[in-house]
Amino acid sequence: MIAIPSIPGFLREPNGPIGKPVNRVDGRKKVTGDAHYAAEFTLPDLAHGCIVSSAIARGRITRIDTAAALALPGVIHIFTHENRPSLAWFDRKWKDDDAPKGSPFRPLYDAEIHHALQPVALVIAESFELARYAARLVHIEYEVAPHQTNLRANRANTFTPGKDKGGFQPPPKPRGNPEQAFLDSPVQVDVEFTQAAEYHNPMEMHATTVLHHDDGTLTVHDKTQGAQNCHTYVCNVFGLPKSAVRVMSPFVGGAFGSGLRPQHQLFMAMLAATQLKRSVRVELSRPQMFSFGHRPETIQRVALGADRDGTLRALIHEAVQESSRNENYVEIVVNWSGQQYTCDNVRLDYKLSRLDVHTPQDQRAPGAATGVPALEIAMDELACKLGMDPVELRLKNYAETDPNTGNPFSSKELRACFQHGAERFGWAKRTPAPRSMREGRELIGWGMAAGVWDAMQGQAAAKAVLGVDGKLVVSSATADIGTGTYTVMTQIAADVLGLPIEEVTFCLGDSSLPTAPIEGGSWTVSTVGSAVKAVCDRVRSQLVTLAGKLDNSPLKGVAEADVLFADGHLIVRNDRSRRLSITDVMRGSGTLSIEEEARALPYLLARARHTFATHSAVFVEVRVDEDLGTIRVARVVSAIAAGRIINPKTARSQIQGAVVWGIGMGLEEEAFTDHRLGRVMNHDYAEYHVPVNADVPEIDVLFVEEHDDMVNALGAKGVGEIGIVGVPAAIANAIHHATGVRVRDFPITLDKVLAGLR
Amino acid sequence: MAQLKASLRPATAPPPEPIPVTLTVNGVERTLHLAPWTTLLDALRLHLDLTGTKKGCDHGQCGACTVLVDGRRINSCLTLAAMQDGRKVTTIEGLTTGDALHPLQEAFIEHDAFQCGYCTPGQICSAAGLIAEGKASTDDEIRELMSGNLCRCGAYPNIVAAIRQAMAAVATKAEGAP
Repeated sequence: MIAIPSIPGFLREPNGPIGKPVNRVDGRKKVTGDAHYAAEFTLPDLAHGCIVSSAIARGRITRIDTAAALALPGVIHIFTHENRPSLAWFDRKWKDDDAPKGSPFRPLYDAEIHHALQPVALVIAESFELARYAARLVHIEYEVAPHQTNLRANRANTFTPGKDKGGFQPPPKPRGNPEQAFLDSPVQVDVEFTQAAEYHNPMEMHATTVLHHDDGTLTVHDKTQGAQNCHTYVCNVFGLPKSAVRVMSPFVGGAFGSGLRPQHQLFMAMLAATQLKRSVRVELSRPQMFSFGHRPETIQRVALGADRDGTLRALIHEAVQESSRNENYVEIVVNWSGQQYTCDNVRLDYKLSRLDVHTPQDQRAPGAATGVPALEIAMDELACKLGMDPVELRLKNYAETDPNTGNPFSSKELRACFQHGAERFGWAKRTPAPRSMREGRELIGWGMAAGVWDAMQGQAAAKAVLGVDGKLVVSSATADIGTGTYTVMTQIAADVLGLPIEEVTFCLGDSSLPTAPIEGGSWTVSTVGSAVKAVCDRVRSQLVTLAGKLDNSPLKGVAEADVLFADGHLIVRNDRSRRLSITDVMRGSGTLSIEEEARALPYLLARARHTFATHSAVFVEVRVDEDLGTIRVARVVSAIAAGRIINPKTARSQIQGAVVWGIGMGLEEEAFTDHRLGRVMNHDYAEYHVPVNADVPEIDVLFVEEHDDMVNALGAKGVGEIGIVGVPAAIANAIHHATGVRVRDFPITLDKVLAGLR
Repeated sequence: MAQLKASLRPATAPPPEPIPVTLTVNGVERTLHLAPWTTLLDALRLHLDLTGTKKGCDHGQCGACTVLVDGRRINSCLTLAAMQDGRKVTTIEGLTTGDALHPLQEAFIEHDAFQCGYCTPGQICSAAGLIAEGKASTDDEIRELMSGNLCRCGAYPNIVAAIRQAMAAVATKAEGAP
């Protein structure tokens, strides 16, 4: 069943749908309200759950009084740690595919409170409104214990984590003598950066609907980036046979990492459904969206030493991030700094500080979105000190091979990103001195930064069923969180078999489908796309074999390599008059359907010997009101090198959206914790600012040509993360160019700029 | 302190009794028996199974629940269904005519003006309200007057492009194009 990885002989038919700006195949459902999300499934016996959140950050529950709530007619049950059933004992049963080292949080486990807004009770009632009302009547008394939520106050209280989470390697050993080289460098930058905690806040609040069927089986509609991850979790935690549960997530209203781990609403809905033996829905409120994982608050130091010609002599990057008491969440923000630029003396250092918070969680470009901006602002500061153009400085220290490993890149067209991005932006017209460009009251700043993200690939399987009517159904248990998975997988399948897009259906978001990993880290096109290609290649081979066996077949004796698949036909490559339609092959051979399953693996040998990465160059214009300090991003050019682009329309949207995330990180997003209470105070959309339409200008996205025949059979690297990575730094650098004020504390709000202007 | 704690405990009132509410939803008159604390949003989603209207915050902060009431765009989470008794409500499900999409729906698909799709019904209903208001003629005005509808995927530039196109299509239609 395993497809042997081989160097791709791809795109035999240049007119196939790969590379075309195909409209989303699920678009009609989404614009008509016909796409159904986790909270939108029901059965007549559906009960509604509302979670009660802890009022304190640390301590223990001393008393829970549910009498007033239970007295209301229509309130069915209230679950707490006092009455929950016995559940899985070992930590490994609570682990999921994205769990870091440690003990996963167990909802309603005991009286202990570990973080603010921890779920402490679940009220089940006949209506949503009643459950919400009754939740207010649950009276809880606490014994408060002292808490620590302030990273800045605990920055010295750290430890060095190991390889504590999949996808993240500890920093490489230092090379050269970075401390001495820094001291010896004629030009130095040594600066500290801080960045606030950010919450994912997808538009759809986390929700789970468990449908309890008459035969006792459960269909679980969950908001998740991995239906199978949640399936394993609930079967382990509740001791259920795999066949008794099916987890579905055909549509996910955004996630950005928040759906990589099973969240507590899934546990709560499952708890109630299994105990009450009826269908249950639990939906978090927007404030409760601040009760779980987040992009961790970070403190970083970057020290750069350079010769007067700009040659980097020393690079030191240190970071401290928050994690919880129970798990070691790591995103090793410093590693990309050792990979981006050539430098002989490098030290990368990464530490964690334990706080009384929920375990942080991967958020769009985890690690790189935090670490790369610090490096890229420091590079801008160095360029200013050297009196050198920032693009020039980056080209001067351009890494042709990966300095962290010494390995070559499978492909790296970052030079082309700099060149085309700068041309499109008009960078040559920039006057280098800060405050040298203005229009009326507005100071104009042009800034740039580079970006990098890993081009990963996991293992996945896919199934294909080709019917006698020429319709193809391909499936894999992956997710589409808005990234365009449905569409690009449809394109890949249609391309390999030469079918019109309309004849192909791709199914995902269902734990019963062939195995696929959690959808994240920009690896889905690479991982699942390779499986889709592999399985369609098998169907293709079968069709060629069947066609060759037909009486009077125009394809008799023709080798597979000499057959084209286009317009629903098998066509002899060098004599296009010799052709057969797929439906004729199926009918003629008496084949009702062709069913295949295949698994695709990464090219492990190539992966061991190369570094695989996407790259970007981002150019930003900001306008800063000199008197008021208000900052407006006026235009953005993002040049991306990510291998083959399967769908330039959806890929462009991914980059645009990630640029918007970068604007949020650069200028707006910040969870304010009141450290006296240990609690995020701005826990809603009114106070936690995300970019709105008026904050976002035209975003010009360009994909540079990048050929890569090692990354996977598609030559495609994935584009979900790379778009955000350079953006916050480019904004910060543009603000400095506009105003002469250097802010190293994200988000850059107007008060920080005004303080520098005065 | 104990007294303070006691006074902070909410008073227990019995849940309210249902009352009849009549709404004309997407052209069909519907009479529901709803507890008066039911928002228009929950009435649509939970009682009429019109789940195209989305709940993104339940606090009037995100715009995902935008519907048209008597042609005006409102946040359906910020109004009780009973307060709209007798009114005409149009949801995303009511914008299509048979199989034919509304020009906004077509433009949203063409311009890829959404990713996850969760804010999309609200964006489209809000855009329909915006066009009817006739206040926006430039891209900047569209941006400003659509800023009550959050899109966490960040599809804003494409949303503006889609609305611009649909606005032109609606204007051409209204003028009776050749």
